[in-house]
Amino acid sequence: MHERLSQRSRDASGRSVALKDVATIVVFAVAVALLTAWLDSGVWLTFVMMTLYATLLAQAWNLLGGFGGQFSFGHALFFGTGAYVQAIAQMQGGFNPWLALVVAVAVAAGVGAVVGALTFRYGLKGSYFALVTLAFAEVFRILALSVGFTGGGVGLMLPLAESAGNMQFGSRKGYIALMLGLVVAALAVTAWLRRSRFGAQLQAVRDNEDAARAIGVDPWRTKLGAITLSGGFMGAAGAFYLQVFQYIDPAIAFGPQVSVEALVGAIVGGMGTLWGPLLGALVLHTLADLTRNLFGALPGINLVIYGAVLILIVMFLPRGIAGMLDRWKRS
Amino acid sequence: METLLSLRGLSIAFGGLRAVQDVSLDLAPGSLTALIGPNGAGKTTLFALMSGFLKPDSGQVWFDGRDITGRAPHLNARAGMTRTFQIVQPFATQTVRENIAVGAHLHIAGRGAALAEAERVAARVGLAERLDQPAADLTVAGRKRLELARALATRPRLLLLDEVLAGLNPQEVGEMIPVVRAIAGDARAGGVTVLMIEHVMQAVMNLASHVWVLAQGELIAQGTPAEVTSNERVIEAYLGRGTAARLREAAP
Repeated sequence: MHERLSQRSRDASGRSVALKDVATIVVFAVAVALLTAWLDSGVWLTFVMMTLYATLLAQAWNLLGGFGGQFSFGHALFFGTGAYVQAIAQMQGGFNPWLALVVAVAVAAGVGAVVGALTFRYGLKGSYFALVTLAFAEVFRILALSVGFTGGGVGLMLPLAESAGNMQFGSRKGYIALMLGLVVAALAVTAWLRRSRFGAQLQAVRDNEDAARAIGVDPWRTKLGAITLSGGFMGAAGAFYLQVFQYIDPAIAFGPQVSVEALVGAIVGGMGTLWGPLLGALVLHTLADLTRNLFGALPGINLVIYGAVLILIVMFLPRGIAGMLDRWKRS
Repeated sequence: METLLSLRGLSIAFGGLRAVQDVSLDLAPGSLTALIGPNGAGKTTLFALMSGFLKPDSGQVWFDGRDITGRAPHLNARAGMTRTFQIVQPFATQTVRENIAVGAHLHIAGRGAALAEAERVAARVGLAERLDQPAADLTVAGRKRLELARALATRPRLLLLDEVLAGLNPQEVGEMIPVVRAIAGDARAGGVTVLMIEHVMQAVMNLASHVWVLAQGELIAQGTPAEVTSNERVIEAYLGRGTAARLREAAP
């Protein structure tokens, strides 16, 4: 009887923790929506949009890198896949962009599954996994330069056709609404990872793969699930990029810049946490904009300062900003 | 004889080192037995071969009437064979409760139910007070208990314990022995068969009904604890060639 009572209270407390995550995500979404409605400066709206976009990149990377411990250096692979599928489905397949988004996410997730099946099948870990993902992204970049349907080095330009049905919004606010939806989806998946069997197994594989195998966790399937999810969200970010900037070329799609932005955001914010990627994206974007505005007259200085702050954060906050806040809260 | 686990002529070599040579043994269901031997005898390698972490060069492993030679560890765990590690391997960033729940998740899908199961298992190994501590904060004795709890949470039918008592002080060993006995004791009713690698002879004498002795990759003796500890080949394997004779001469 006592046992049953204590189990019930624990289930309830487990549920209340889950509810807390859901509540914070809802509060976050409402706050961003209100802020967006209230803002009318284009500069600030762009800031909100790009921060949300960077959050999605970081959160997508976090699903595999933070929760699964598999550090990819080539997440642009999924980003570029998403962007190109979004463009090609519309321009050559005649798809509605909303439908194209679904296809882009599915194809990027599929690319994630294939890459994961190959690399995890052969037990690639650590720097080997990082190098192989980098190589995959480079192969895709060269392929995109070489084949016809990607437009080669010229890239693809999405024809202008402004309407919500076309996922081309007249103002930043429409794009923010779309990106907010994607970020909330990524946050919801992360919150689920934190209290589900799959998430527990994924974190066990991250912390100690042999120990996890000994107690019945299949590391291959677990990591495969994580890279598929991660690839899907990264593909959504790529599709979003295409809709906003209406242009994609192989260097933007598969170059290292997106890969780095994704992993730096997650590492600075706090790997394996729910809010770390958002904090990382926010801090990094603020920092980048500040240095650009303050030192714009001295080209390059902003990057030097940006880099120096990055090094400091990685050196002194090994668990990222979220880890630091967590420590404060406890002490 | 009814057997749960059966090894048939198991061998593996690493380069020129023949780590395990032609080992055959049978475990009866419900038994609590021990595998002993000097350092480097191949005991942990034998565990790795049983549980699927290593594939043998030759020979077979049969579990519950099926040939499982070289089958992946997670599939063996699912079938009911779970091992622990001599060098404890906690999920360091997670709490004790979360660590044990990973084991419980093998058969329990729900998060709340797995966490509740973790709590029950923690009580069985004496970790109830430490449920919310990060695993990294546990003492060596605590980590050994955690290693045991995590394996136990998978509801094994066969538990392979690799030196759960190593590195513990005499008092901690004294506390741990009843825990292991209780697990195997639930056994005869519920069904946990235990094979333990152990150096602490106090525990072996206390717990095991049957002992296998491995030296330089080969099984050199078996029998009750009293039998093997008086066996000349065993004494020589531990203390060096000719020791048994010298001991006999020295005896009054």
